[in-house]
Amino acid sequence: MTRTTKGKRPERNVLVVGIGNPDRGDDGIGPLVVRQLAGRVSPSITLIERTGDALALIEDWAGRDAVVLVDAAAADTTPGRVHRIDLLQEELLTDLSRASTHALGVADTVGLARTLDLLPASVIVYAIEGANFAPGAALSPKVATAAEEVVARIAAELREMEHEHA
Amino acid sequence: MASKTIRVDYIARVEGEGALDLHIRDGRVTRAHLKIFEPPRLFEALLRGRDFAEAPDITARICGICPVAYQMSAVHAMENALGVAVTGPLRALRRLLYCGEWIESHTLHAVMLHAPDFLGYPDAIQMAREHGDAVRRALALKKTGNEILRLLGGREIHPVNVRVGGFYRVPSRAEFARLAEELKRARDLAVATVHWVAKFPFPDFERDYEFVALRHPDEYPFNAGRIVSSRGLDIAADDYSSEFEERHVAHSTALQSVLKRRGSYLVGPMARYNINFDRLPADVQALAREARLAATCRNPFRSIVVRTIEVVYACEEALRIIASFEPPEATAVALEPRAGVGHGCTEAPRGMLYHRYEIAADGSIRNARIVPPTSQNQLSIEEDLCEAASRALDLSDDELRDRCEQVIRNYDPCISCSTHFLKLAVHRT
Repeated sequence: MTRTTKGKRPERNVLVVGIGNPDRGDDGIGPLVVRQLAGRVSPSITLIERTGDALALIEDWAGRDAVVLVDAAAADTTPGRVHRIDLLQEELLTDLSRASTHALGVADTVGLARTLDLLPASVIVYAIEGANFAPGAALSPKVATAAEEVVARIAAELREMEHEHA
Repeated sequence: MASKTIRVDYIARVEGEGALDLHIRDGRVTRAHLKIFEPPRLFEALLRGRDFAEAPDITARICGICPVAYQMSAVHAMENALGVAVTGPLRALRRLLYCGEWIESHTLHAVMLHAPDFLGYPDAIQMAREHGDAVRRALALKKTGNEILRLLGGREIHPVNVRVGGFYRVPSRAEFARLAEELKRARDLAVATVHWVAKFPFPDFERDYEFVALRHPDEYPFNAGRIVSSRGLDIAADDYSSEFEERHVAHSTALQSVLKRRGSYLVGPMARYNINFDRLPADVQALAREARLAATCRNPFRSIVVRTIEVVYACEEALRIIASFEPPEATAVALEPRAGVGHGCTEAPRGMLYHRYEIAADGSIRNARIVPPTSQNQLSIEEDLCEAASRALDLSDDELRDRCEQVIRNYDPCISCSTHFLKLAVHRT
């Protein structure tokens, strides 16, 4: 919802999506980050969690000015390493985020939305390399530490976004 | 030279993990194995000791694409065991929920996963560059399917509003009225999708399958009907075990289901359509003819057209159900647990899904058996692969591999469901 305050421009319509399954170890970092952002960012910012069907993201971000996606990535070399990807400038590597063979993954969905011109003006992806995706597992220590870093970075980025816009 | 092996180690754009092994010797296909290596899911064992009322929520977790099918077969089997029949508005709402799942699941498969095969693109993203309108239509259709699940199921994935005996909450007329507006637009998009897929190039390929589907006296089947085949089978779901059996094969973690007397058979959209063409409304029959589909279709590559026809039907049926909706007196029928055995058979998007439960006097589950559509189609898929590969041996290994993957995707196989699947290997010797 967009709210208008007298004397100020309408607030930007910003969405943060935590992607992942909290019951699959480090895959749960997306939802965890979103939960920790609640109360730490402007109430005008929409925070949602998503598991499974990434294609539904296109509906989620329709009409938004900016979207921040937080997702776990298969570990490249360093569990807990945080990648910040600005989709205006970079492509998302398919193998960084592909999780399913049937439903489309996050990278596929972003690619499709880009082709169909359905991406918001700003899309930032925080991808955190995970170590353990076992059912029922807790976050691994390095990824839990990374979660704190990601929460702080996104909160700062959102404040800056608002500040630039005001 | 004469011996060759083609292997696909991981089949893409299907649900779950599987592979294909094709052995060719002296210009003949000697073996086509669909190797399903996704680990067994053990849901049947997990259900033992749980309360009968938990079955729809537990079994919905078997699949993120077709949870409604699992819920429906579970509730029907339990009601069968308890001697209860759910009728009137609650029964109609179950059909409506199923419409949502067919719209969503069929559209995802037909447009996003299967269509690129026919048009020569590696995936839907590449396809979208030149077929943007078709992909936009699919996204909108899928959204409408999701909307039905969200409203009536409580959420899009793994709905939570279904219970043995009915629902927990029944939406209001006003909520359904908003959905109907979206469904009217979806119906037009679905018709446009039929016309789009009907123009695809289809390989000249037919096989003489035994089609198996539910058949109801006056409905295109979702939840109810007798199990009927194109070769004379006509039984109640209760008699499933007397005609069908599951066999273990070494190359698959999924059991292969066969007709005891005849072997392989085919379930799914093509079987449903062939057995029930006369149950489709006249306008949908006319649309099928316009799309160059005869009343009986034996070309599995054309199953994509049948799926899109079923999406049109699901939109129309959903609209019909909403138009005649009368709020039920209660959201569910009252149930008393009792000892018994119940069978439930409903039409998942991929085909007939059979559940059987044995429950104790206190309502706890003593035994559960679940036979998903992909297990039932495994043998037919292997036979299709043998036949299709035999006719395409002059192709390069890469082209042959692509053709085989397309054959598999004709079935929209759900490997995750079937392991109770894909990599492709061709061995030429």
